[in-house]
Amino acid sequence: MKNWLLALAVVALYVLHQDIWFWDTARPMVFGFLPVGLFYHAVYSVAVAVLMGVLVSYAWPAALEREVEGDASDSGGGRS
Amino acid sequence: MIPALVVFTYLGVVLYIGIFASRRFDQGSAEGYFLAGRSLGPAVFLLSLFGTNMTAFTILGSAGHAFSNGIVTFGLMASSSALIIPLTLFLIGTRMWALGKRHGFITPVQMFRDRWECGHIGTLIFALQAALLLPYIIIAVMGGGTTLNAVSGGVVPYWLGGAVVAVVVMSYVFFGGMRGTAWVNTFQTVLFLVFGTAALLLVGSSIGGYSQAMERLLDSEVTAALLTREQVSPRFFLSYTFIPLSTIVFPHIIIFCFTARRMVQFKKTVIYYPLCIMAIWLPCVFLGVAANAMLDVPDIAAKLDARALLASGSTFSAGMAAELQQAAAGDDVIILMLEHYAPLWMAGLLGAGIMAAVMASDSQILALSTMFTQDVFAFYGGTRRFGERVQVQTGRLFVVLIAALAYGIALRASSSIFNLAVQYAFSGYAALFPLLVGALFWKGSTKWGALAVTVWTTATVGAVALFQALVPATPPGTAVSYWTVAGVDLITRTPGGTDVLGFMPVVPMTIVSALLMVVVSSLTPRPSEATLGRYF
Repeated sequence: MKNWLLALAVVALYVLHQDIWFWDTARPMVFGFLPVGLFYHAVYSVAVAVLMGVLVSYAWPAALEREVEGDASDSGGGRS
Repeated sequence: MIPALVVFTYLGVVLYIGIFASRRFDQGSAEGYFLAGRSLGPAVFLLSLFGTNMTAFTILGSAGHAFSNGIVTFGLMASSSALIIPLTLFLIGTRMWALGKRHGFITPVQMFRDRWECGHIGTLIFALQAALLLPYIIIAVMGGGTTLNAVSGGVVPYWLGGAVVAVVVMSYVFFGGMRGTAWVNTFQTVLFLVFGTAALLLVGSSIGGYSQAMERLLDSEVTAALLTREQVSPRFFLSYTFIPLSTIVFPHIIIFCFTARRMVQFKKTVIYYPLCIMAIWLPCVFLGVAANAMLDVPDIAAKLDARALLASGSTFSAGMAAELQQAAAGDDVIILMLEHYAPLWMAGLLGAGIMAAVMASDSQILALSTMFTQDVFAFYGGTRRFGERVQVQTGRLFVVLIAALAYGIALRASSSIFNLAVQYAFSGYAALFPLLVGALFWKGSTKWGALAVTVWTTATVGAVALFQALVPATPPGTAVSYWTVAGVDLITRTPGGTDVLGFMPVVPMTIVSALLMVVVSSLTPRPSEATLGRYF
């Protein structure tokens, strides 16, 4: 996936944190007891976990990992 | 006495875990003691990193903040952290881990010194980081004294409770080093997760579900506001997204990043971190808000009376207003709810959960010890002259000294002073964030840019602290402007702190810090090409 698309997704999620649309209202009460503003931010946390999964899948610094872990295995797994 | 027995059993367990861990590493190796030999596995890495970042505030303070401010607490502190912390672990934590593995770094200052070819500027960064970290350790000792005093019904005095907590933490950090601290943190995180969920379910079943409680809150204009965010401005809400930038700059968090056995261990941590935050914060915030409907708990009703009196518009003397604010504070609402609604065995679990929260200072103590031995003792020739074994012994001695110093201060000082200091520390660390970004992502950053960031952060943390010490907080619902230019309020004193152009001070502090890094670095010479070649 293109890096700019991933960066855009991160920015979009940052903007979505500022949910002014639920600012002044408690209703609807989700499940009958959870104010919608609180429910939104709970779902938001799950959405962040999904985004992190996407970042880990598509933007993982694999080259850095190979370079360093190659070094480590060459030198016997590190200093300790 | 049952809760006190459970708490002492808990203290015994963490002591055993810490000391047991000491058998698992080479006692004479600095990396073995300070970084668990860079060998932590995925589960311990995730749970311990998360636990390291959880303080007494997470369980008690979050519920207390939600009790007074409503559901906004979750958006301010939890969901903003859910995005920013894993993102910084992904972008910065992995790179720091790689540099640590490649160059043998144990502290962030070692990296800064190498990256910018500087010595004393690194010492200055060490001093600032250490000064911002110390209040956390003092607060934890104070919390331990207060908690043991409370759960023992006053049998264990404050001074003894604080001493017990200081000695237990000092012992497992002393013997177990990073591995002991990581294992204890893992155990504590599991306890946090169990505690929050158990409290939510127990209170809910005792009151016959939460729907009626929420409807009661909606019926009153005052409490209905707690279920929305109308009491805070969008600017204030936005400001809070800057605070989690501090997390990756905390020395104990960066040092912890060095402990992973392999880089792949960051993957699960990055993905599950937001879910862990939700699992712990959501029950605490919800219970804090719901407490406003539990008028059958006498102590909670008294808090609501005090809050109503404060909001009545009556004029109070400064002393009376402070007393009322203290009486209305909600840091103990979860305790009060569980005492009222939960069975006795739950009170024991409660005590252990609270102890886990207040004892989260272990990582900070170890970080301070690690920083001192690496950034001062080793840097100024100690290891070269005396050897690595003496360096580890120096680190252990430093652990004892920090614990003793924190205990001494905790006995004499007021907790409110250090609660405030912790607030400043978050802003201070966030303002140091450009140091890491500059070092890792920008070839053009220089030691002079780093110095400018450090001096600016020191000056602004001091200025905010001084301003808030000289100018008293305004009553709830009011704000007083102290500096206005062309009709625009630049600096305003509020009930909870200070606003700069409507934002929290952390926003201008961090933005100016970043500008200073760019401008000063652009005007000063870069490190040598040989050094840059090792980083880019």
